[in-house]
Amino acid sequence: MATFKLNINGKEQEVDVDPSTPVLWVLRDHLNLVGTKYGCGIAQCGACTIHLNGTATRACMLTVSSVGNSEITTIEGLSEEGDHPVQKAWLEVDVPQCGYCQAGQIMTASALLEKNPNPSDEEIEMAMNGNICRCGTYTRIKKAVKLAAKS
Amino acid sequence: MTLVKTKIGRRAFIRNTGLASGGLVIGFSWLASCKMTPEQVNSLPDEWFDLNGFLKVGDNGMVTIMSPNPEIGQNVKTSMPMIVAEELDTAWKNVIVEQAPLNTDIFTRQLAGGSQSIRQGWESLRMAGATARHMLKEAAAQAWGVSVDEITTKDGVLTHEGSGNSAGYGEMASAATAIEVPEEVQLKDNGDFSIIGTDKKNVDGKKIVTGKPLYGLDVYKEGMLTAMIVHPPAFGMKFKSMNAESVKSMPGIKDVFHFEAYPEDTEKRWSDGGAIPELVAIVGDSTWECMQAKKALDVEWEEVSKLESTSYHDQVLASLLEKPQEEPARKDGDVDAAFAKAAKIVESTYSAPYLAHNTMEPMNFFAHVTPDKAELLGPIQTPEFLEQTLVSRLGMPAEKIDVMMTRMGGGFGRRLYGTFAVEAAAISQKMNAPVKLVYSREDDMTQGTYRPSYKVKYKAGLDENGNLIAWHVRGAGTNDDLIFENRFPAGAVDNYLAEKHSLQTNVTTGAWRAPRSNFIAGAEQAFMDEVAEAAGKDPLEFRLELFDRAINDPVGDPETNDYDPERYAGVLKLVKEKANWGSETGKARGVAAYYCHNSYVAQVLELEDGGDMPRVDKITCAVDCGIVINPLAAKNQIEGGMIDGIGHSTFSAMTFEDGRPEQSNFDTYRLMRHSEAPKNIEVHFVDNGIDPTGLGEPSLPPAIGALSNALYKATGRRYYKQPFINDKPPLVG
Repeated sequence: MATFKLNINGKEQEVDVDPSTPVLWVLRDHLNLVGTKYGCGIAQCGACTIHLNGTATRACMLTVSSVGNSEITTIEGLSEEGDHPVQKAWLEVDVPQCGYCQAGQIMTASALLEKNPNPSDEEIEMAMNGNICRCGTYTRIKKAVKLAAKS
Repeated sequence: MTLVKTKIGRRAFIRNTGLASGGLVIGFSWLASCKMTPEQVNSLPDEWFDLNGFLKVGDNGMVTIMSPNPEIGQNVKTSMPMIVAEELDTAWKNVIVEQAPLNTDIFTRQLAGGSQSIRQGWESLRMAGATARHMLKEAAAQAWGVSVDEITTKDGVLTHEGSGNSAGYGEMASAATAIEVPEEVQLKDNGDFSIIGTDKKNVDGKKIVTGKPLYGLDVYKEGMLTAMIVHPPAFGMKFKSMNAESVKSMPGIKDVFHFEAYPEDTEKRWSDGGAIPELVAIVGDSTWECMQAKKALDVEWEEVSKLESTSYHDQVLASLLEKPQEEPARKDGDVDAAFAKAAKIVESTYSAPYLAHNTMEPMNFFAHVTPDKAELLGPIQTPEFLEQTLVSRLGMPAEKIDVMMTRMGGGFGRRLYGTFAVEAAAISQKMNAPVKLVYSREDDMTQGTYRPSYKVKYKAGLDENGNLIAWHVRGAGTNDDLIFENRFPAGAVDNYLAEKHSLQTNVTTGAWRAPRSNFIAGAEQAFMDEVAEAAGKDPLEFRLELFDRAINDPVGDPETNDYDPERYAGVLKLVKEKANWGSETGKARGVAAYYCHNSYVAQVLELEDGGDMPRVDKITCAVDCGIVINPLAAKNQIEGGMIDGIGHSTFSAMTFEDGRPEQSNFDTYRLMRHSEAPKNIEVHFVDNGIDPTGLGEPSLPPAIGALSNALYKATGRRYYKQPFINDKPPLVG
């Protein structure tokens, strides 16, 4: 066990955990931030996507000891009132079905738009390919990303 | 207006003042902990009045509607309350939706399965709204001293034109609780609907996109321990021994023990199918610590039955296709005689592998079992069956067991089988502590309860004019005999023979979205295309000809034929028009239609040019599911179903070597991804005013047929073996 000071959603948080603990479980089990989801544990499904210094990162294979001073943003911290353009577009298009993967999809999409405000269909697909949606909301996700890009 | 007796679910309409206390409140307190939107907080009433088990009206006119059925992504949590709100005649903006816990006193069939929530809930949901509206009207009539028949309602406002009186529902809610529950209520005419048939967004949408706790895995409670299980690594094996001592002392680990989730005397029901009787439990403070202990634990397993491989399943299923069924499932006319005189015969065999459900949220459940009470909270499609099994497993009467449902990160049939919740209860009882059981992805994917593996052989005979004169289907599956003998084309062919076999295996199987149909539709519709081609006819027109036959001169008793040929033909005609079938698009196109879960779906699917596995460019889909409650969500369901069918038939498979699953996570089990998904989807609904039927499943099965048929046009070869990505022609030379 070791103590780690983490910068999460603009706030400093301290946790006492095993250094090998993935950020996913630190967020969920220790900090009550459950918006970041567990899907596969091997960085294949994208349900656990967070921003690490603004880059979409899979939290399930990111050990807490490797984070250092990097800034972590989770779905809870993407916007204060849930009104980030990507969140608004998701609601406008009524993207979710079961909804479980959508926090991860939104985090990947918002990181993409930060770097590429006007992505092509192919760029959207390439950026989003690491995020599986088992319900098959892919066509609406693409529509929502494009809608968010416009705003 | 239609006058109906309130007999269905009448218990729900008899006011029960106990409703606001006891177990129910426990259920709501967790779910209500999610923050409400600022508008909702501002408009929350000071007092709520229960009018019946489905709804309560606040003193300010806000209405809380309980959504009775489990929400797995099929959107019933929005569409079921819409039906109640419609008959209550309040505005949708006044409605707050809550997930109801299991309550067999009030609700009937609290189950997510068979695409039946709306179809079977339709009448009781309407009655719940209409009964409450009647009581509010009666209360207003008494207050104003006028006849109840002269009072009208609209958007939550009561009006008596003659006297000029008007009041919001909130003002009459208190008085309405004293009104006697009517014996009969009037339901709206379809033409008067103002909520049903309009687009309403997912009621949980805001919570989903902001990451609020909604799912079973998001349950965290005071003093709660985390548990994981270790199950046998192969089907046909069971626990022998383990060395748990060193693991027990690992950080954060509370206990490691072998246990029987289902001791022999447990009364099991179908929802316990796939249960693994003996497991190892690891209980600790956190998920990661349990995962570490799981890795370190050394368990010895022993073989108790045959260790089966995929090659074995394939071989036995293939041999079953050569074996006649002693008593055929259905026999019309004489297929042998017809084949003997046929001008052309077409014959093909299709196959598909096992599939895992792979809900994005792995199996999990919270349980807190004490000697006096059992509290269960989590993702379950069959809460009532779970409670019944727990009565037997825990030796506790149902009154002491509370089962509550969270929103589910997918179902697809997997959560019909609540074995994981029984395991959670057993672990909690042993630990005498609140416990959340969590399956790892690997536990989830290798546990079983799979879509069976299937093979089917078709043979069709055509006369010299290209008319279908004989159809023979023989199917086989693992733990499932596959064939729906009375479905199309039964009833449309004079000589028809349907035979089916099942291979009993120890690889456990269960219902997977659109059971059986999820394979047989694709095979049948692909074969239909081959037959149409042999007949020299357009595949869509060929199907319509057969429906004409079934409409005008059905073979056998039309009551036995399990479809309505006019509605079937109706969706084909609609898709023909919407996709401009027959006009040249320069793209490879395939058509298919299927009927299941009481609904009819036809699709035209168009592929992009090029490649071994060309991508779907566009799907045009026509659906007849009767009245569409929420067109927006209905389209979402239809889209998702088609992508599900296309994705799995193209990419996915579970295979076994000596009983061991060869896939355990998404690195080896391939699911469709963004860049492989259909680019454009268009959905059209038949508007016929018929009571609503299934929607969650019916779009999946035909999509596989439409894809097969388009692939043939694109590549010039037929695809017989799923997943299609592996169905490559043998290398020549």
